[in-house]
Amino acid sequence: MGVFTKLIGGAAMAAAMIASPAMAQDNVRIALVVKALGIGFFEAAAKGAEEAAAELGNVEIIYTGPTDTTAEGQIEVINSLIAQQVDAIAISSNDTDALVPALKKAMDRGITVISWDSGVAPEGRQLHLNPSSNPLIGNMIVKLAADHLPDGGDVAVLSATTTSTNQNIWIEEMTKVLPDYPGINVVGTVYGDDLADKSYREATGLMQTYPDLKAIIAPTSVGIVAAAQAVVDAGKVGQVNVTGLGLPSEMAGAIESGASQSFAIWNPIDLGYSATMLAYELSQNGAVAEPGAQIPMGRMGTLTLDDTNAGAMADPFVYDASNIEEFKSIF
Amino acid sequence: MLRRFALTREAALLAALVALCLLIATRFSGFIAPANLGRVFNDSALLIILTLGQMIVIVTRCIDLSVAANLALCGMVAALLNVAFPGLPVIMIITAVVLLGSLLGAFNGILVWKVGIPPIVVTLGTLTIYRGIIFLISDGAWVNSHEMSAPFKALPRAVFLGLPVLSWCAILCVAGFALMIARTPLGRSFFAVGGNPHAAVYTGINVGRTQFMAFTIAGALAGLTGYLWVSRYAVAYVDIAGGFELDVIAACVIGGISIAGGIGSVFGAVLGALFLGVIKNALPVVDISPFWQMAISGAAIIVAVILNSRSNRPKGRLILRTAGPKT
Repeated sequence: MGVFTKLIGGAAMAAAMIASPAMAQDNVRIALVVKALGIGFFEAAAKGAEEAAAELGNVEIIYTGPTDTTAEGQIEVINSLIAQQVDAIAISSNDTDALVPALKKAMDRGITVISWDSGVAPEGRQLHLNPSSNPLIGNMIVKLAADHLPDGGDVAVLSATTTSTNQNIWIEEMTKVLPDYPGINVVGTVYGDDLADKSYREATGLMQTYPDLKAIIAPTSVGIVAAAQAVVDAGKVGQVNVTGLGLPSEMAGAIESGASQSFAIWNPIDLGYSATMLAYELSQNGAVAEPGAQIPMGRMGTLTLDDTNAGAMADPFVYDASNIEEFKSIF
Repeated sequence: MLRRFALTREAALLAALVALCLLIATRFSGFIAPANLGRVFNDSALLIILTLGQMIVIVTRCIDLSVAANLALCGMVAALLNVAFPGLPVIMIITAVVLLGSLLGAFNGILVWKVGIPPIVVTLGTLTIYRGIIFLISDGAWVNSHEMSAPFKALPRAVFLGLPVLSWCAILCVAGFALMIARTPLGRSFFAVGGNPHAAVYTGINVGRTQFMAFTIAGALAGLTGYLWVSRYAVAYVDIAGGFELDVIAACVIGGISIAGGIGSVFGAVLGALFLGVIKNALPVVDISPFWQMAISGAAIIVAVILNSRSNRPKGRLILRTAGPKT
């Protein structure tokens, strides 16, 4: 393995040396390193990165990653990128800690390193771009329900398990912003344990217990799909709107049947776009990643960094009948 | 006849089931509306079918922990077949997964019969293997409702004589099992093997082969349930029906099927499955804290088992007592 890695590294270095005179020197080369090649989500992020590159003009995107989702594969990729002397690396990591030494080496050589989507430990990157934040998600899930209820009404929450950390935080954040949505009355929270059958049963139970229920908010991908099916089977399409967090590929049927008006999740295109913009700002425009810094990211606004140099990109992106066709084949 | 029935374990369970429904009705009156009871039965149909299969396995002194994994694998295969060949008639898909389910069950059976590994070990192993195969064939991806064809999803929901086809599947399986247990040599040999394997050998019954048949039939039912599950919930992924094997075994135990083998009835198995089905469907509507729900489910199982073991006890004493005076 060691010898092999060295050989690969050596070969890449040699290739880079031969290739570099021919390369246009003025192009900024930003490497978008993903968990593995061939995953729709990351292909879409690469599309966003290309969009940013076109906007910036003098940027060349190197979209790369291992063929399977391993930290070892990503380390090899990083080593080869160091040898190629790219200007910046934006990585969605397969391991929080294992990549740190390789990324440190890259930073020592003057390469800008940021992580996005799936983060690296703070010492292995200059900043981390989160797709969203807990307060933004908490607000979005109730906003999704409220947007389709101009006169207000009863809504219920279908969560994962009683101990799911993410869901509990999101529901807590949602409760905090509830006063901003007058008329929206959260009647209860039930738990489907991220099992299709239990979630289905809980959703059916909600519709029986609260005959005037207007919306079910399910901030979990198993729950939202099961609740949508339960609404279809109960013949309540149009009366009960299922919303929350889900993936377009999994929710396409629910949007089609009308059981769900809209739902939200990150937009991989925006994520790839923002990561590229941030890498460019740090590498070329002298932006410094430090707590409290505000770094512009083109059409996505600015990123504000917290104590660990991490920031949230935006509200979760809303998917509905108008864009589901485009995204359902992506992720 | 009626008097004899009134003393059986099944009668006690039936009474408990009715009492449970009435108790729930005091908190949520809509629960005992006929339409809702029909819905609860429909929801319990999958559990009933699997419980029947598990029943004959347990009666032959075995246990099948791989039923849920078998269900999930067959469900995934059904979904993938449907995606790959949208024009393939649903009946062909069902035939294919029932065959696949029987093969998976037969694989358990062969290991128990010919290799002589304890059933709990065999099925613990195949449980993991079957789940692993789902991951391999699906790449860990979901098959979603918009990818499935309309007829594929419509069949279990289609209403025939007032009941959904899903309910009819359960009713047909129950009827078939009642007939098999009561009228066929195979059905009787399950009990002979479980009751006293040594005596069964002397009557010319092949114990291993009977157990093999039990596993195969349980597998076939798991295959059928696999299709029904995936089309009912309109989604297939690696973890569907995770932990469902425990529900199935619990339903058997509640239904008075002795885990030591040899004792059990189709009616008991159905009641056991319905008992669990009623609890599962009632908990969401009676407004009980979710933190208590699991404890309540568990307590109901323990109570049922205690009642069952109590009703078994006099029989044992009776034998000792009659044996006493004769010596």
